[in-house]
Amino acid sequence: MKLTLLLMLQTLRIAIPYLFAASGGVLAERAGIVSLTLEGFMLAGAFCATLGSFYFGNPWAGVLMGLLGGCLFGALHAVATIRFKADQIVSAVAINLMVVGLTRFFLRLAFDSSSNSPRVAGFGRDGNAGALATFENPLIWLGVIVMPALAWVITRTRFGLRVRAVGEKPEAAATLGVSVSRIRYRAVIASGALAALGGCYLALDQHQFTDQMTAGRGFIALAAVIVGRWMPIRAGIACLLFAFAEAMQIQVQGAGVLPSQFVSMIPYVLTLVALAGLVGRAVPPAALGRVEG
Amino acid sequence: MRAATSAAIEDGVLPTLTALLVALVAGDLLILSYGQAPGEVWRLMMSGTWGNAYGIGQVLYKATTLVFTGLSVAIGLRAGLFNIGAESQLAAGGFCAAALGLLLPTGMTPWLAIPMCLLAAMLGGALVGFIPGVLRARFGAHEVIATIMLNFVVLALLNWAISATGLAVPETLHTPPVASSSIPRLAAFFPVFHGSAANGTILLALMAVTVSAWLLFRSRFGYELRATGLQPLAAESAGIRVPRIWMMAMVLGGAVAGLGGSNFVLGYKNYFEDGFNGGAGFLGIAVALVGRNNPFGVLLAALFFATLSQGGLAIHALVPKQMVEVLEGIVILAVAVSVPEVRRLLRARPAPSATTLPVTV
Repeated sequence: MKLTLLLMLQTLRIAIPYLFAASGGVLAERAGIVSLTLEGFMLAGAFCATLGSFYFGNPWAGVLMGLLGGCLFGALHAVATIRFKADQIVSAVAINLMVVGLTRFFLRLAFDSSSNSPRVAGFGRDGNAGALATFENPLIWLGVIVMPALAWVITRTRFGLRVRAVGEKPEAAATLGVSVSRIRYRAVIASGALAALGGCYLALDQHQFTDQMTAGRGFIALAAVIVGRWMPIRAGIACLLFAFAEAMQIQVQGAGVLPSQFVSMIPYVLTLVALAGLVGRAVPPAALGRVEG
Repeated sequence: MRAATSAAIEDGVLPTLTALLVALVAGDLLILSYGQAPGEVWRLMMSGTWGNAYGIGQVLYKATTLVFTGLSVAIGLRAGLFNIGAESQLAAGGFCAAALGLLLPTGMTPWLAIPMCLLAAMLGGALVGFIPGVLRARFGAHEVIATIMLNFVVLALLNWAISATGLAVPETLHTPPVASSSIPRLAAFFPVFHGSAANGTILLALMAVTVSAWLLFRSRFGYELRATGLQPLAAESAGIRVPRIWMMAMVLGGAVAGLGGSNFVLGYKNYFEDGFNGGAGFLGIAVALVGRNNPFGVLLAALFFATLSQGGLAIHALVPKQMVEVLEGIVILAVAVSVPEVRRLLRARPAPSATTLPVTV
């Protein structure tokens, strides 16, 4: 019983960054812009959050700075791909690389370290507190509601309708007087902010920034978007599933059931299976990645 | 005719020049933010790379791997496919070369052992390229997502193979040395390169450039591949089996990237080490992009990016070497942004009057 509760808490704790980043991914991709940038947005969010918390001594200042960082790189991706019609995949590769370089460069500049920042004010007790300390982090609650909220925005609001329109049939949306680029700008910048929140959560939960601390979580979130077939609730369930597998792996560590490398592969293999259409076809938004002439 | 050529040159050169300019300015700002003099740092970067034989050797070594991964990405892009998987194809190639090398008897003549290991490297990379190729050709799965996901799977598998199966030397993440098939270092022929990692794989890279250029632009297969990349529907109507071309392009790209693994495994360390790929596969995307998917352009771009990454080490005393990672990202983004922009500007320019062109009816 105690083990199950611990397992559930651990799953939740691991899932929160995925939920934030995947919600950003769903939003941008539903608007037709490829979200390979989630990893970079998260890392930028984590670093800016640490800077903010370090200089202002307050984790909420960190959250604010993290959001700003996410918006900034979201805007960069948006300008490159929407205004300049750069290839969305190339832009994403460049931004991910740039963020890794920038965080390392400024880690040296600000903290004179090549691996981690000093400890900063964060959420929850510092150090390895008990499982119930999970709930001392207010971002948990935001993470829990982010997918249902996004589902509501996408299916029930005017903005959501327009996001879906510009992602599926931009020409038709334009004919109806919707500014395709304006909707896409908003969606991509918001996706930067959402993914950055995932990074804020990581940094403020661990009370510091470490080099490449997102460690591929942005790509796991992208996997959840695809496995969840671009629908918020399903993507959220995929996030929880991936997190559960990781939590299980931590629980049975040392028992030698399955090598950790195989557990870490689960999200990626599931994505490949979903792409191949073996368990229901994963059909992306029609205009995803397309460059309008 | 002349107008068309100059437009083609402008289209090829302008984006790169723009990118270099943007990167230079951004680099200046980063250097200034660190309280150093830009001129001094750039000078140090040049003298640490092209200023001495060791630096040149290191640049050549790094460029060699980038030529292979750059060609791999370029071949895919010519077929209209974005291969983000060069990283794991490179790693798999290196692993297979080392694995076969360890199986071969130690007394075997290198004239036989080296080609066999090179073949193993190509097969390893080709296998990793084959999976997204099949997923694309048979199931219509987008190759970008497939190759990204496969990167994680393959790299985790290799990590498991090296750390959990007793293949590695204890306390390390590398295999024992492969005695039978080591490609000689450049220093064995030119003593000035002493200490640098540059090795005979350079010749292999030059061959790969030439063969790819011939294959892409002079062979029937290359014609079909480029036709597929330019306009798959038109290619299909012309009788080209498009899914087959997609599959072949991915397999070929994987094989080329896999062959690149031999630079580290057979030429430099003589063993496979977990993580030896170190981002060279991802940088291959930048190399292909800046080289405009032309094999000779890839060669130049590989030299450029190798200079940057070696230059990062040279300036590390003054400015963190991570500066070059930022510059790499900026160059990629600037090229990506300015290619469509330059094309638009060229198109907007009044066309050369048509009457001067020879008209044959």
